Amino acid sequence: MTAHPKIQLVDVHKSFGPKRVLDGVTLDIAAGESFVVIGGSGTGKSVMLKCILGLMRPDQGSILVDGEETVGLGARARERILGKFGMLFQGAALFDSLTVWENVAFGLIQGRRMDRRKAREAAMERLFQVGLGADIANLSPAELSGGMQKRVALARAIASQPEIIFFDEPTTGLDPIMADVINDLIVKCVKEVGATAVSITHDMHSARKIGDRLAMLYHGKLIWVGRTADIDRSGNDYVDQFIHGRAEGPIKMELRR
Amino acid sequence: MTLLAAVGRVFLAFLERTGRFTIFTLTALSHCVRPPVYGRLIGRQMIEIGYFSLPVVGLTAIFTGMVLALQSHTGFARFSAEGAVATVVVLSVTRELGPVMAGLMVAGRIGAAMAAEIGTMQVTEQVDALVTLSTNPFKYLVAPRIIAGLLMLPCLVLVADIIGVFGGFVVGAYQLGYNPATYLHSTWEFLKPIDVVSGLVKASVFGFIISLMGCYNGYYSKGGAQGVGQATTNAVVSASILILTTNYMLTALFFNK
Repeated sequence: MTAHPKIQLVDVHKSFGPKRVLDGVTLDIAAGESFVVIGGSGTGKSVMLKCILGLMRPDQGSILVDGEETVGLGARARERILGKFGMLFQGAALFDSLTVWENVAFGLIQGRRMDRRKAREAAMERLFQVGLGADIANLSPAELSGGMQKRVALARAIASQPEIIFFDEPTTGLDPIMADVINDLIVKCVKEVGATAVSITHDMHSARKIGDRLAMLYHGKLIWVGRTADIDRSGNDYVDQFIHGRAEGPIKMELRR
Repeated sequence: MTLLAAVGRVFLAFLERTGRFTIFTLTALSHCVRPPVYGRLIGRQMIEIGYFSLPVVGLTAIFTGMVLALQSHTGFARFSAEGAVATVVVLSVTRELGPVMAGLMVAGRIGAAMAAEIGTMQVTEQVDALVTLSTNPFKYLVAPRIIAGLLMLPCLVLVADIIGVFGGFVVGAYQLGYNPATYLHSTWEFLKPIDVVSGLVKASVFGFIISLMGCYNGYYSKGGAQGVGQATTNAVVSASILILTTNYMLTALFFNK
């Protein structure tokens, strides 16, 4: 039994100039759970993820991974913590200069110093796991469709069997069928790897499918946290408006006429 | 008050950029000398900078040598000093024109390519992806380019020196009617090792500047295609200006006695 939550955010603040993006976010994510953060564009979801990963430094607050403070870590310690993470980026973020298999094996070759031949074998296994064949292994990412790129990125995210996987808008830009394929793969892969998953999305279908627990971020604050099954009974007008996609409600879009 | 605030903002922005550039340079240098060394990446960059720049540097050098011979001949004829043409060509090419012209051409070709590649990686989150895969972007992207620039520019300039002097020889011997043996003898007679060595040292410094400016501007590019375009322009312009400035300083250091 683990004493600490897998990831813990305590009163995290982050601003860009006068704009407050995260305004006192406090959150516990347990080991092995799939946690989803929903919210409109520009509400600070990606910034929260980047703060946990250490790609951005919060102005104030504490971020703990396995009970270890990660804010202000040195390069070596940060690298060690990053070894626990895998990430699926919104735009896939595959390396253009490398082939598909080299992309998938990147973390194994560069991060874990695995022999290239062995890493290739491991990469091929991961590609099969996400439903892709050996025929695309030597292609460049630019030769793949958007859906295939997302699947390759998913294979890369799980290749080194991380303890924590982040999914940044995993279904954005995909057709509904491919989006559902990606959702299924996320659920399947997270279970197989046994990882803790943190996803950010504004796709409610995706959120309901992949999340055990769900939180809504609005104006830099978490305004609701609960089980995904309870989202329809949240009793929060903001959450209701968001999950039903209504233009009318307490959330006002800043439109200039 | 408004004027003072504007001046203060500009000054603070200048200090911030200077600090950011200094930290970038020191971090890049420290990663050049610390293990692990990515030999494969350094090799790839050496081929990109050294081998693929040969045609453009060679063409620049041969025409520079030819024009130099022609101009020296017509100019020196005014005070009957045509005998100095071969010496002027070889000293000008080895000391100044070889390294400066090669530096400027490589800045246009390689500096722009580096800024565009790293800039695109930055705006498409590939640099963030590197970090999440436990790979330091300085180690993986910046250090190999700086090492390759430092090593390959002197090689390119050595070739440019030979081709430039040959261009002068061709014009001198076959167009202006100089005796080939006398021309070659004059070329060798007054050439000292310091002339060539100073050019090669300059080349190495220029190679460092080109790679550094390409990587720096690419690394800090933002805002999509426009930002990458701006980074590319900045890389070429800043590298070119720095090459001309440091060229003066190095010339003063070597020859100001």
